[in-house]
Amino acid sequence: MNKELTREERADALGGMGCKRKRVEDARFTQGKGNYVDDIKLPGMLQGDFVRSPYAHAKIVSIDASAALALDGVVAVLTAEDLAPLGLHWMPTLAGDKQMVLADGKVLFQGQEVAFVVAKDRYIAADAVELVEVEYEELPVLTDPFAAMESDVVLREDLLGEGGSLPDGAHGPRKHHNHIFTWEVGEKDATEQVLQEADVVAEEMVYYHRTHPCPLETCGCVASMDKVNGKLTLHGTFQAPHAIRTVVSLISGIEEHNIRVISPDIGGGFGNKVGAYPGYVCSVVASIVTGVPVKWVEDRMENLMTTAFARDYWMKGKISATKEGKITGLWCHTTADHGGFDACADPTKFPAGFMNICTGSYDIPTAYLAVDGVYTNKAPGGVSYRCSFRVTEAAYFIERMIEILAIELNMDAAELRRINFIKKEQFPYQSALGWEYDSGDYHTAWDKALKAVDYDGLRAEQAQRVEDYKAGKTRKLMGIGLTHFTEIVGAGPVKNCDILGLGMFDSCEIRIHPTGSAIARLGTISQGQGHATTFAQILATEIGLPADSITIEEGDTDTAPYGLGTYGSRSTPVAGAATAMAGRKIRAKAQMIAAYLLEVHDDDVEFDVDRFVVKGAPEKFKTMKEIAFAAYNQAIPGIEPGLEAVSYYDPPNMTYPFGAYVCVMDIDVDTGVTEIRRFYALDDCGTRINPMIIEGQVHGGLTEALAVALGQEIAYDDMGNVKTGTLMDFFLPTAWEVPNYETDHTVTPSPHHPIGAKGVGESPHVGGVPCFSNAVNDAFRAFGLRHTHMPHDHWRIWKTANGLGLHG
Amino acid sequence: MSNKKHIKMTVNGEEQEFLAEPRELLIHTLRERLNITGPHIGCETSHCGACTVTLNGKSVKSCTVFVAQADGADITTIEGLGNPDSLHVLQESFKEHHGLQCGFCTPGMITRASKLLEENPNPTEEDVRFGMAGNICRCTGYQNIVKSILAAASEMNAAKEAAE
Repeated sequence: MNKELTREERADALGGMGCKRKRVEDARFTQGKGNYVDDIKLPGMLQGDFVRSPYAHAKIVSIDASAALALDGVVAVLTAEDLAPLGLHWMPTLAGDKQMVLADGKVLFQGQEVAFVVAKDRYIAADAVELVEVEYEELPVLTDPFAAMESDVVLREDLLGEGGSLPDGAHGPRKHHNHIFTWEVGEKDATEQVLQEADVVAEEMVYYHRTHPCPLETCGCVASMDKVNGKLTLHGTFQAPHAIRTVVSLISGIEEHNIRVISPDIGGGFGNKVGAYPGYVCSVVASIVTGVPVKWVEDRMENLMTTAFARDYWMKGKISATKEGKITGLWCHTTADHGGFDACADPTKFPAGFMNICTGSYDIPTAYLAVDGVYTNKAPGGVSYRCSFRVTEAAYFIERMIEILAIELNMDAAELRRINFIKKEQFPYQSALGWEYDSGDYHTAWDKALKAVDYDGLRAEQAQRVEDYKAGKTRKLMGIGLTHFTEIVGAGPVKNCDILGLGMFDSCEIRIHPTGSAIARLGTISQGQGHATTFAQILATEIGLPADSITIEEGDTDTAPYGLGTYGSRSTPVAGAATAMAGRKIRAKAQMIAAYLLEVHDDDVEFDVDRFVVKGAPEKFKTMKEIAFAAYNQAIPGIEPGLEAVSYYDPPNMTYPFGAYVCVMDIDVDTGVTEIRRFYALDDCGTRINPMIIEGQVHGGLTEALAVALGQEIAYDDMGNVKTGTLMDFFLPTAWEVPNYETDHTVTPSPHHPIGAKGVGESPHVGGVPCFSNAVNDAFRAFGLRHTHMPHDHWRIWKTANGLGLHG
Repeated sequence: MSNKKHIKMTVNGEEQEFLAEPRELLIHTLRERLNITGPHIGCETSHCGACTVTLNGKSVKSCTVFVAQADGADITTIEGLGNPDSLHVLQESFKEHHGLQCGFCTPGMITRASKLLEENPNPTEEDVRFGMAGNICRCTGYQNIVKSILAAASEMNAAKEAAE
């Protein structure tokens, strides 16, 4: 009992950073006791449901809700006419545009919200939706952004000036009535000159198809207006609850202190739950009108068709190099299909997100990027699906261009990468497109990865396979997918990152209780990342109290400090930093209390795992538990009672996680079926807080990458009909299609982050998509393929093989 | 327009009796009528398996079963598999092997896995992957789910052997 614990034993007992702590969230989830938005049931609660447009572009001639209103149990049917007097028939988007809450005279995409039915239960609401008669007059449909930029058809008459003129949009001048913005970075003339003078230039159109984050739980909310006290409570699937509160206040006119936003347990987000959707506004209005709570939860088809698509970037690229393979320049023009409204979730100053990370892991001296945003008759969104803002697009683009350049140079793609990597000693590295990469050691990671998979052996096997194929001994080809990605996450420094004017700092507030346990609240919100587990680990190490004695709470704007939420791998880089900094404030006060109790000067005590010790006399100490109690029961001169701290952390820079991935794939030429034989993923996310959770994130991100690369898409026909509106058509891999992954790591801490952590949740998706795609493309390299577009489903692979004459 | 039908069912060992429209879906009966919110709604088209329950000894997607079809049925949900004082081996195993993240698929996943291990107490990894293919998870990539189920199978077999 009295045995003195060693320093290591005391550290282990805390369950702090670096240990594989089991998750504290799991008890409730494994017993079916999670509390998700659809589990919320308030007295008298009504159910909302939408009448949606079957057309992609049409005038609304009339809406007749009389039959619906006559149905027993229907309480109200809201249309744009009802919202207009409140100024709520349109709402601002995160991208500086505005979006119809309910169709105001016309619809711009299939599934657009036309009327909101409020009824006693979801069955009556669904019946009433069928009874609302809407007369439409079809208009010409534009689903191709290139055609939209040429067309006379005006999608957004509301944005025209007098006499049909084109006033500037939120991001500057517009070139055409269906054009949203042009965003340019880098040196255009210099890049074009470099391309002109280069030994070798590889050129390609790389299309990153439209897809959707599709978390297992759809979006929804419960709005409850308490008219007696003038308080609005809004429960919902919000990845950014504080930002939602501010937005609701700005558009409704309800003062912010009278709005309480609560994100309960969230069943996955992946970017889908960042935005503000018409369902939220309609539920709030309906609750105000009816005086009782109103729930709205979208079904899966509504989710896929209307809330938050991702990607849809046409990236035309040129990359130049010397004949030895040293890259000299990169040029990219992207046509970005934003759908009917520009509702992209990007920081204000970055209308194409961080697409300018597209120089990737390479030391490219000269580069130029231009992005044109375009309106079409598709759903709005443009969220970052498991990635920081448009980083997946950027990584896919550069990792495809490198492979195509390797073909052009007749070089090995691994070697081409190696000779162009930014070197360790070049960090912090200033990229040609404006970023300062914080730290990296790409060569070490790359060599480790290639050695782990026996890269040379794989290439020899692949060469033999090609021979065997040509000799008629096999019908299966072998692809080796390579990727070295660099992410940019942790948005971000307030000086250049804001959403709707809200700086992208984050926060943590800690209260230490007298008996030495604690509660910490953050401005973020977990959606499966395990914040309650990992943030307690950061604090355990910082303040010397056991992680098991620390409760982490997020998602209630009445109690949590203001923060911008969880997306873009920003929780650890920003809120994690705030947590460490708040912990250090606790420690600073604890040091003064310890010195008082030990009757020495503040400078004569030092922190040691879970206590303050007198320097040079470790037998004289006060544990953090003792100090916590003293903070509440001692009158210490010059020190206020209590032990609490809050930190709002404005990061000085983004963080730049990176990784080296290798995929080995067999492809059946006759069926197009792919089989992943091996997937090796090395991630460097800086300091590792919980290796178990990191590995879980990597498995999940890779699986979402597999989905996107090998089949998942939101496809439209020429009429603007969504062809992939159910899980029958929209590919979500099952356990049967997914391989086992090998995970590995190196550790290159971020020099500017208090604990050196960089964030990891999205790395495997960012790196995984190009890796799977490169494997498919690589399998056909020996037969003359340069590039084929994703998603690489069996049919498209069969077509590729057929096009190359492989079917005889 | 009352076309309500008299329904009787046993859910997690408790008898339930009520009047319901025949078109009511079993998942809504459980979640909204009986306040059993462990099973979730992910797709309403039988694809995702978040609503999986055991009905008369078979794994069933409760989002596509009418309550009228479940008249007289014996139903077990995640809430009936274990309780805080005595968790099911699978509930422990999913915690131990990080077999969940957001938790939304977990009740359906564990309910299905419990049935799978009844049907096949000694599954191979391939058996588990095939047998669980009706349940979608968006977070974990399945690797740790498969690990959790295989570990639970070993543990249940070891316990059975020890008891014999």
